[in-house]
Amino acid sequence: MILTRRTALAAGLGTLAAGALPHLAYAAAPTNRRLLFVIQRGAADGLAIAVPIGDPAFAAARRALADEAATGAKLDAMFTLHPALEGAAGLFAAREAHVAHAVATAYRDRSHFDGQNMLEGGGTRPYGRDDGWLNRLLTLLPASERDALAIAPAVPLALRGTLPVGTYAPSRLPQADADLIARLSSLYAKDELLHPLWDSAIKTQELAGDIGGNNGRNGAELGALAASLMAPADGARVMMVETGGWDTHSGQRGRLAAQLRGLDQLVGAVKAGLGAEWASTLVIVATEFGRTVAVNGTGGTDHGTGSAALLFGGALAAGGTVSADWPGLGSGALLDGRDLKPTRSLEAVIADAVAHHYGLDPARAKKALYPEVLA
Amino acid sequence: MAIQYLAANRFGLGRRWDDPAIDDPKAWLMRQLAEFDPAPAAIAALEGRAAIAGAYIDYREDRQAMRREAAEPAMSEEEKGMDPELRRLSRSAIRRHYVDGAAARLTTAVASPTPFAERLTHFWANHFAVSADKLPVIGFTGNYEFEAIRPNIMGTFADLLIAAVRHPAMLLYLDQAQSFGPDSPVAARVRRRQNRPGPGLNENLAREILELHTLGVRTGYTQADVTAFAKALTGLTVAGLGRGAGQRLMPAGAAPGETVFIAQLHQPGEQVILGKRYADTGAKQSEAVLRDLAVHPATAKHVATKLARHFTADDPPPALVERLSADFLKTGGDLPSLYRTLVASTEPWQAGPAMFKSPWDWTVSLMRGLRLPALGERQNIPALFTQLGQPVWRPGSPAGYDDKVATWAGSAALMQRVELASRIAGRIGDRTDARRLAPLLLADALDPGTSEAIARADSPGQGLAMLFASPAFLRR
Repeated sequence: MILTRRTALAAGLGTLAAGALPHLAYAAAPTNRRLLFVIQRGAADGLAIAVPIGDPAFAAARRALADEAATGAKLDAMFTLHPALEGAAGLFAAREAHVAHAVATAYRDRSHFDGQNMLEGGGTRPYGRDDGWLNRLLTLLPASERDALAIAPAVPLALRGTLPVGTYAPSRLPQADADLIARLSSLYAKDELLHPLWDSAIKTQELAGDIGGNNGRNGAELGALAASLMAPADGARVMMVETGGWDTHSGQRGRLAAQLRGLDQLVGAVKAGLGAEWASTLVIVATEFGRTVAVNGTGGTDHGTGSAALLFGGALAAGGTVSADWPGLGSGALLDGRDLKPTRSLEAVIADAVAHHYGLDPARAKKALYPEVLA
Repeated sequence: MAIQYLAANRFGLGRRWDDPAIDDPKAWLMRQLAEFDPAPAAIAALEGRAAIAGAYIDYREDRQAMRREAAEPAMSEEEKGMDPELRRLSRSAIRRHYVDGAAARLTTAVASPTPFAERLTHFWANHFAVSADKLPVIGFTGNYEFEAIRPNIMGTFADLLIAAVRHPAMLLYLDQAQSFGPDSPVAARVRRRQNRPGPGLNENLAREILELHTLGVRTGYTQADVTAFAKALTGLTVAGLGRGAGQRLMPAGAAPGETVFIAQLHQPGEQVILGKRYADTGAKQSEAVLRDLAVHPATAKHVATKLARHFTADDPPPALVERLSADFLKTGGDLPSLYRTLVASTEPWQAGPAMFKSPWDWTVSLMRGLRLPALGERQNIPALFTQLGQPVWRPGSPAGYDDKVATWAGSAALMQRVELASRIAGRIGDRTDARRLAPLLLADALDPGTSEAIARADSPGQGLAMLFASPAFLRR
């Protein structure tokens, strides 16, 4: 059923069937390993996900949001997990979760679209690449391990590239079809009011995935769907799901809690759905950039720089730990006087995790995934 | 000048699929002022205030019973299991009045042969807004529009104001039902016997009448005026729904949900408001204040500005505002005269700049345009409008919904309309020819771009969705 509803979309060289490509000389040995990349579109607030309550400047900087973490799970002397991440706390205790903090891509401005383009493309400037790091990873894997799928209406940039990738969009979402959307774009083209509104509406719709809704159950459903597509022996081995709703400029307390409940249930449902295969699964959760250290006037935070990435899985290199070269939150320590200063490359975190997961040489993985950033 | 389109959309709720062509638009609008039916069948069939109050009282009693029982651990497991169900049923009785009212409002608007008068009803209901946020108010919201607003929109502004202020929904929403004269016999007795501060004044309704319903914000009234007006209003409350001392003083014949005046709650003495002395005439004291406020020049300006904006643009033409305001003052707030002046003016008949239909106006106009039912039999009407961003009778503030283009023209809101249009087109698009419907609904505002886009659609359904999402159909 799964395979019949998939549409294999090919891009670039991928118009050749995957099997027709020669095996690459440095391909690793066949494995049963699975990889899931969960993108958080909209800049998730790493400081509220793994909260540095041990930092002496934290409480003053976060003011009204500072007490949020009080009931969360303590990760170490510095960090506490957001209380909505209950399941993740259990995974952390079981050494199946890892937090990499104060991380960022090479991007240093604050536009969502540019930032996401860099996170997915993995280059050194926005729109500098038309292929993504996940597709480049596929080239390092044996042909039998390249079956890749995105739960999305179209292939996201991270998965675009020379190798073919499928997409799967659940049909129960009542969305206007792409053709109608395109036709309305031309109908509105000369309308001064409707043209910009419609452009923005389309972009927002592209930021799919309302995982926070329905008290987190939307997240659980997405996770269960992802697991059902990855679990079968002939299912997807590399997968990407998109989550939106992280852009918490106002009312962050309630909105972010709902988002994180959704994310927590998503990860929980993936583990439950994969059963024994969880032991050989890696889940990477990452966002385009972080949010300001200070709380703004509407109980939210604005676009920042450094954030946190989360790793989950049954065979992590450093499960049950937080890795961070912590820069501190004192005013002198902030980037541009406002953001958590990134002290580590998110690209390196991803490349190292993937290299460990697939038993690849880390230097080789870095060069293949991020030829410009990490070479 | 797209006069047919403007008559049907700027002044109305869109043309119905079976409406004859509008031969003389101004005469058609004027005629509606006389032909308006304040209580059409869908509205006349609704239950009245006693049933609505009963639903709330049942709910409150169930809740009190639950609290009592929660304190007595002797209760059996079975009894405990029943409580939430009881509570749910009572709540749903309150909610049923709200849902039925919203459905009757929609049915009436879609079927109406006097859409201009319907628009005026909706305009005034929003001017004198209550919001279904407080539990006692929820059930009354429909009754408020149907009994306080609707029958009075063709009278004077003073009568409309008094009917709105005295309806239980308004008294409950703006806390008048809990306001006591500080020196009223009841408050004095509480102080004397129980040796504690008596129940006191609540200024909420008085302030909002001055700020929102009549004079308008920053028009020169002072805090002393607000307090004095609040004192004049004391004694006005709702039978059966309030709490405490007042309820024991209800007149014997007062049915729950009826507006009553209780002299023992009224602040004795003269009040001075906006420099004028009002003798203590009991219930007549606040009515005298309301009648003066209703014909005040600031009220005329405030009402004229809002009405002009509603039928022209965000920044209404000053000449139109001035003309309406002068008419209001000349007639002492005669509303049909105000409407006739509006229709006879040239400003509302200019094509641009246009207003953006609210989700309500857009959905109603869509349904009026279709011969087939746009929504399923079981469509939850309140849920539909909540999803579209305009919950029925729940603006969340006594100021009502803001009436500007930007209030409704948002990117997510636009996408939601397109999605709904697309869903409706999926239901009935194969039985409706958008190419024939477009010239009917958009009339003299159908432009070649929209016409071509509909004709080139890849399916009849897509064509219908494009008609409802077209720039002219989204506006009014």
